[in-house]
Amino acid sequence: MSTSREALPVAERVAGDTLMELRDVEVHFQLRTSALARLIGGAGATVKAVDGVNLTLRRGEVLGLVGESGSGKTTLGRALLGLVRPTSGAIRYAGQDIGRLPERKLRRLRRKLQMVFQDPHAALNPSMDLQTAIGHPLRIQKLVRNRAEERARVVEALERVGLTPPEQFLTKLPAELSGGQKQRAVIARAIICGPELLVADEPISMLDMSVRARVLELMLELKRDMDLTYVYITHDLATAKFFCDRVAIMYLGRVVEVGPTDQIFSDPKHPYTRALLAAVPDPDPERQVPRDLPRGEIPDAAAPPHGCAFHPRCPKAFAPCGWEARDLRAMFERRWVRLGEEAYAEEAPLVSALDGVDPGQEEARLPVPSGRTAEELVRLFDAARQEAPDDPIWRGVARVAAEDGAVVVRFHTGVDPAPVPVDQVSVACHLYDPRLRPPA
Amino acid sequence: MATPTVPPPTLVVAPTTGRTRLRRVLRGIVRPLRESHGVARFMLVTGLAVTLLMVGLAAFAPVVAPYGFNQVADADGTRFGNHVPPGADHWFGTSVQGLDVFSRVVWGARTAVAVVLLALAFSLFIGVLLGIVAGFVGRWLDRALVLVMDALYALPALLLAIVVAFLLSEYVGGGVTTAALAITAVYVPQYFRVVRAATVSAKEQTYVEAARAMGAGPVTIMSRYLLGNVVHSVPVIATLNAADAILTLAGLGFLGYGIQPTEAAEWGYDLQRAISDAGAGIWWTGLFPGAAIVLLVLGLTLVGEGLNETTNPAIRVRRLLPVTIPRRLPEQDGEETR
Amino acid sequence: MTDPSSRSRVEVRPVRGPAAGPPPSGPVLTVRDLRVWYGTESGPVRAVDGVSFELWPGETLGLVGESGCGKSTLGRGLLGLLPAGAKVAGSARYRDTDLVTAKPREIRALRGPHLGLIFQEPLTRLNPLLRISDHFEEALRAHEPDLSDEEIRRRALEALRSMGIPPTRYRAYPHEFSGGMRQRIMIALALVLRPSFVVADEPTTALDVLVEAQIIRILADLRRNYDTALLFITHNLGIVAEACDRVAVMYAGRIVEQGPVRDVFARPQHPYTRELLRSTISLSTTGLHYIPGAPPDLVQPPSGCRFHPRCPQAMRVCRERFPRATTVGEQRVECWLHGPRELIPDGGDEPLVREEAGVVDES
Repeated sequence: MSTSREALPVAERVAGDTLMELRDVEVHFQLRTSALARLIGGAGATVKAVDGVNLTLRRGEVLGLVGESGSGKTTLGRALLGLVRPTSGAIRYAGQDIGRLPERKLRRLRRKLQMVFQDPHAALNPSMDLQTAIGHPLRIQKLVRNRAEERARVVEALERVGLTPPEQFLTKLPAELSGGQKQRAVIARAIICGPELLVADEPISMLDMSVRARVLELMLELKRDMDLTYVYITHDLATAKFFCDRVAIMYLGRVVEVGPTDQIFSDPKHPYTRALLAAVPDPDPERQVPRDLPRGEIPDAAAPPHGCAFHPRCPKAFAPCGWEARDLRAMFERRWVRLGEEAYAEEAPLVSALDGVDPGQEEARLPVPSGRTAEELVRLFDAARQEAPDDPIWRGVARVAAEDGAVVVRFHTGVDPAPVPVDQVSVACHLYDPRLRPPA
Repeated sequence: MATPTVPPPTLVVAPTTGRTRLRRVLRGIVRPLRESHGVARFMLVTGLAVTLLMVGLAAFAPVVAPYGFNQVADADGTRFGNHVPPGADHWFGTSVQGLDVFSRVVWGARTAVAVVLLALAFSLFIGVLLGIVAGFVGRWLDRALVLVMDALYALPALLLAIVVAFLLSEYVGGGVTTAALAITAVYVPQYFRVVRAATVSAKEQTYVEAARAMGAGPVTIMSRYLLGNVVHSVPVIATLNAADAILTLAGLGFLGYGIQPTEAAEWGYDLQRAISDAGAGIWWTGLFPGAAIVLLVLGLTLVGEGLNETTNPAIRVRRLLPVTIPRRLPEQDGEETR
Repeated sequence: MTDPSSRSRVEVRPVRGPAAGPPPSGPVLTVRDLRVWYGTESGPVRAVDGVSFELWPGETLGLVGESGCGKSTLGRGLLGLLPAGAKVAGSARYRDTDLVTAKPREIRALRGPHLGLIFQEPLTRLNPLLRISDHFEEALRAHEPDLSDEEIRRRALEALRSMGIPPTRYRAYPHEFSGGMRQRIMIALALVLRPSFVVADEPTTALDVLVEAQIIRILADLRRNYDTALLFITHNLGIVAEACDRVAVMYAGRIVEQGPVRDVFARPQHPYTRELLRSTISLSTTGLHYIPGAPPDLVQPPSGCRFHPRCPQAMRVCRERFPRATTVGEQRVECWLHGPRELIPDGGDEPLVREEAGVVDES
């Protein structure tokens, strides 16, 4: 059973009027602090799940939102449907700003904007049989007059998604279906009202390998037959490459690179995109495990890195990327992992001031502990630099100097990366900013 | 070989969804009985038998009881006599006022079952409704309701019932309804808590979000998507509450509140009247009503605990079916010889 | 006998703890005809139904298959972690002990210094109330009681260092780490006792792509530095290609093909392996491909070869007789396409006509 991706004429694939436009969309969540902190006082941290996204969605295209956990792709997907309110920015659809609409008006729009969820086992009401579950959107949107009409449309939807014979499935409960069947039921429920936009949040990641292709094929068929527009949210680059026309790579709430699929995959520009591509597991046994993976992990979204969120992990980071005191601490931790416990025991007391440092400090002031001298501390920095001169942090350090009883490390000023157009792709990376680009 | 004749696929008319749903509900009720085993099964079966016996007595009271609950004389006017010991005429004897104890016990069963059923219905309705609304809506409404419910829950049950019965008796009289409402007040918080907790967690489920994505309003979500999924633990709680309610009712009657003796027979009231008899060596006026209380409470508790063991996924012990793996037969061997 | 040259050709420098004993000359684990059946109302579920393989020191064997094939049951069965009611038959020899017939006490003694386990979700192993240091101390003290406090701390920090976890985090609680770091801590905990044999049950499934790649790289490095044999259970073929030396493909409770990863993926001999590889969507995929039908019912598996209802190359004999395991190069396959010709009856190699096979339940 094979389906190859039809080579639709390029004009049809790319052109199309604008279906939805996102301008500076931000979705911030207030973190609830612990009970004790609430008693004592003090505000909780803010998680900037989506931190300034500009995107245009064209009718008939498949836009991929690709990112790892914490990238904000799921939150953004929900914001497109009005399930989550943006704290600022605009989402324009059909001449209205969805983010500002009252709930009642939004409900009517839901006919046109639908969602397919990640976990098929949780997306269906366990106590509703398929006929009720799939037909319910019709009732809610008042699109049918009586039960017979509803049943007929449900049967039609079931046939469309391949759950045949439909009569057999009408009375089944979700618990009686397999994962693939459940997901098809979810898709049937999503298309039964005839939507324009379908947001698919990792629709196949919880299905078996041999079933995934089938569901993807179904989604492609439906797109052709019903003239749908998809937003395909995933962390799996392989399926994104196959399925999407355009791809937006997200990291910690921002879009770092967006452009046509073939461009992104053949010539990735942002270092994060490059890393993602290199890390995709491939059953081809000739491929080797990539050696230059970015270090570290996705940072805490409540306290994101200064400047470019990817800079602590980026192998190509340089001066304007947003270096701060926390990066110093991370650098020392890496050093101690390499050198062992003796080095840690000796050096840790010297730099203990880095333990509780606040985010965003472009200047780190380390008081010299009693019994030690400022020269020792400066020598430590020199030794660290000598031991790992290629560590990008050194490109960000402006100067290290002793100043009345403390050693002060100053970094270059960090700049938030703004999207820069390069060919047909838009990249948010200083490496491509002609004003900031490092000297060749 | 002739090609097998395959009849053309016909559009089979599916059974109406209503019938399948009813079948499903019935199956759900019978399932605990079938799935239980061991101690739980014993509890369930015994409890059900006892409970059904008492409920039968209650339902058929006019037939079973030889006399009325207030009757002190025969049809022809002959008084029964006071403190007549149990015998052929009066199986359980008569009380100090000449009332037939057996009839009082049977009519008392009717009162107890009626009150408890009514109270159950009220408290379920109010508790579940408020629980879902509080859990779903959240914010200040939730906090206010939780405050009220916690306060009710913190008050001693009997005291609360007495106060409510006292207040209501002014307006509604001293009958079954008053007692039922008094008991309702005691048990509403339990259903509220359980349903609210289940709602708060069910609210986060994907299918509820899917309902929102469909355009469902809050009422639709609460009634179609939450209600069926948050009431799983209610049957167990209801049975255990019913057992407790019997005791509360008896307590009310014992203290003189709740059911007035002119309205209906009540076991607790009979017990209270029997206190002075005990000193005089008259045992039948207290023993039988007391035994009836114990029996009904025991029956309901056994049903509740049995249900809990069977349906509560946290403590349920799956029946281990024995499995024997047959020895390998040579012709089935797919192994290479080593 | 499996060709010893099929094991890892990487230079092995054994790092041993006192519990390990002298290095064995043969395989670490020899599994013969292992079966794990569960009892249910409708009959016994044959979760694992006759599995044989070997695990050599220092090699990583990938156990791959879709949901319901029995790979997790197999992993847990080897370590005696099955729920009550499961019956195990066959043999799984670790050194002198048969893990199937051993008493629970013996197995408990083996777990830790000899047998390790890495779960999918590290939070199930890490006690949220204990610091990381407490975890290590508990593990080391339980199995190597003669170690001094200083030794324990050194070993623990060493293990964490090899995972890339800085010593500054030694006194932190599990919830203060991200998912990837918790998994690395789990691996460090499993390896600090230097077991000979570790079962990793989907260790990277819950992690992001980059973190997954990091963990795979760590595991790859570990193969070189430790002598640990690793049984890597996963459904992701790409991971297997990157992290494993040999692979065993499971379907419906049986291993249908096993052999060196390079060979199996470049020249798959079993139709299921081939179809599975074709169904996997990778960066080079140009067309969608899936296997029709659904995994079989494990209570009443299909007669003969379990894959025959879905196999594009099924023959008549595939429905009637269970295939023999045969060797093709360095791979072992259970398939009549390679089966001994003399055992196929006349007409048995005709293609299987689908109608006879019955209606297949679509997934």
